[in-house]
Amino acid sequence: MTIVIDRRVINGSKIDSELAEDMTKAGLDRIRSCIQCGTCTGSCPAGRRTAYRTRQLIRKALLGLREEVLSDPNLWLCSTCGTCTERCPRKIDVTEAILYLRNLSCEAGYMRPEHQGVSHKLIETGHAVPIDDEKWSKLREELGLDPLPPTVHSYPKAVKEIQHIIKKTGFDKLVNYKESKKDGET
Amino acid sequence: MVKHSYSFFLGCVIPNRLPQIEAATRLIAPKLDIELVEMKGASCCPAPGVIKSFDKATWLSITARNLALAEENGLDILVLCNGCYGTLIAGVDDLKDEETRKRVNKILKGTGHQFKGTITAKHLVEVLYNDIGKDAIEETVENPIDARFAIHIGCHLLKPSDIRPWGVVEDFTLVDELVETVGGTVVDYKLKDMCCGAGGGLRSAELEVSLDMVREKLEAMKEAKIDAMVNVCNFCHLQFDLGQMQVNKHFGTDYQIPVLYYTQLLGLAQGFTPKQMGLDKHFISVAPFLEKIGMSV
Ligand code: SF4
Ligand code: SF4
Repeated sequence: MTIVIDRRVINGSKIDSELAEDMTKAGLDRIRSCIQCGTCTGSCPAGRRTAYRTRQLIRKALLGLREEVLSDPNLWLCSTCGTCTERCPRKIDVTEAILYLRNLSCEAGYMRPEHQGVSHKLIETGHAVPIDDEKWSKLREELGLDPLPPTVHSYPKAVKEIQHIIKKTGFDKLVNYKESKKDGET
Repeated sequence: MVKHSYSFFLGCVIPNRLPQIEAATRLIAPKLDIELVEMKGASCCPAPGVIKSFDKATWLSITARNLALAEENGLDILVLCNGCYGTLIAGVDDLKDEETRKRVNKILKGTGHQFKGTITAKHLVEVLYNDIGKDAIEETVENPIDARFAIHIGCHLLKPSDIRPWGVVEDFTLVDELVETVGGTVVDYKLKDMCCGAGGGLRSAELEVSLDMVREKLEAMKEAKIDAMVNVCNFCHLQFDLGQMQVNKHFGTDYQIPVLYYTQLLGLAQGFTPKQMGLDKHFISVAPFLEKIGMSV
């Protein structure tokens, strides 16, 4: 009987060896010591019910399959529980590596509309989950609390401070935020 | 008695969606000589699973601003949410590096705030267990709660363990002990250490996967025949309470497991009414649990 081994050929042009280099520079240098043991995948509550494979993601990142990694919707199935990081025998900060790849994925334009929505709320109010309906203030009052908490919601100047930070880091551009939908300035 | 003062960090979900947890915490605190000093103008922590996933530099800068507000109060932070805790404590750790702190403070220039690195953040569990202590808590218990509880600890309270004060990452018993302190019996269940599935941006963009994770935990809790589940994170709380309703709708199940944040349970034990603890505001009825302990909403 002949055994046919099916090999996946990776086209050289798809390989971007700088990805691993970038990760190293970002403080994720231990990633190169991955032995592909699969402990991360075996620990993963997200991988248990989906096609997401942590080990495979790390392998692809190390191989430099930048486009494939950054465009993969599975990258967004990690709940950031941190179990893989605790258990990795090579002490790789797997969860941080995933967050780093997600940052690159957003930069490359693969951000989910839902996630853009959350970000827009942060930019507009300083809260990712703001009081955007009167019913929440009512609920607070029923519990004997002030209708607005002593957060950015009570201090318009604080919202301006958040917006100042966001302009400086360019987060507004990253999440495709169009200014002043509300006060109609531009 | 010494007064324990903290900068009180609310985050987003507690004040804007689950104010019952805020109300309960504000009521139980004075009994334990805890003073909660407001962090005026605090923002989203920002959320580690979402904002940190999108842009680490923005995440760290907004975190630094929140830390600076606490520093201006001259007090460590008391935080109720595992996610906020994860963000704040990672922020404290990242900003120990002088170069990073300089870079971030440059971004903060113009906001009127700078973070020097003189304070840290403590989770409610750390404050209750280490700063207040079980004995002092027990002294405030007027009405021991004799019921069976499943504990959900939540991921970011424990992980990453290298920047946590616990020294363990599995077999963490502090929450169990706090529940026993108010008279409860803690029941073991399958998958106790598992994630609730709310974090990482899953609840916002991958709801089905997120709900399937909490469904698995709910099933295990049901098998353990408990009266209620107790959590120490409002985002986990939201996932177990609102999420349980969504699970029932989505998967055709009929879970009816009452969900309590620890300060709500402690408040009941301290003699506050279920209404004061906001137990009438839950998505899944808490009535069967209250009936079991001889109370009603
Ligand atoms: S657990 Fe660590 S060493 Fe093993 S495959 Fe995952 S990242 Fe690599
Ligand atoms: S941190 Fe993400 S990849 Fe790692 S085990 Fe948890 S869900 Fe899986």
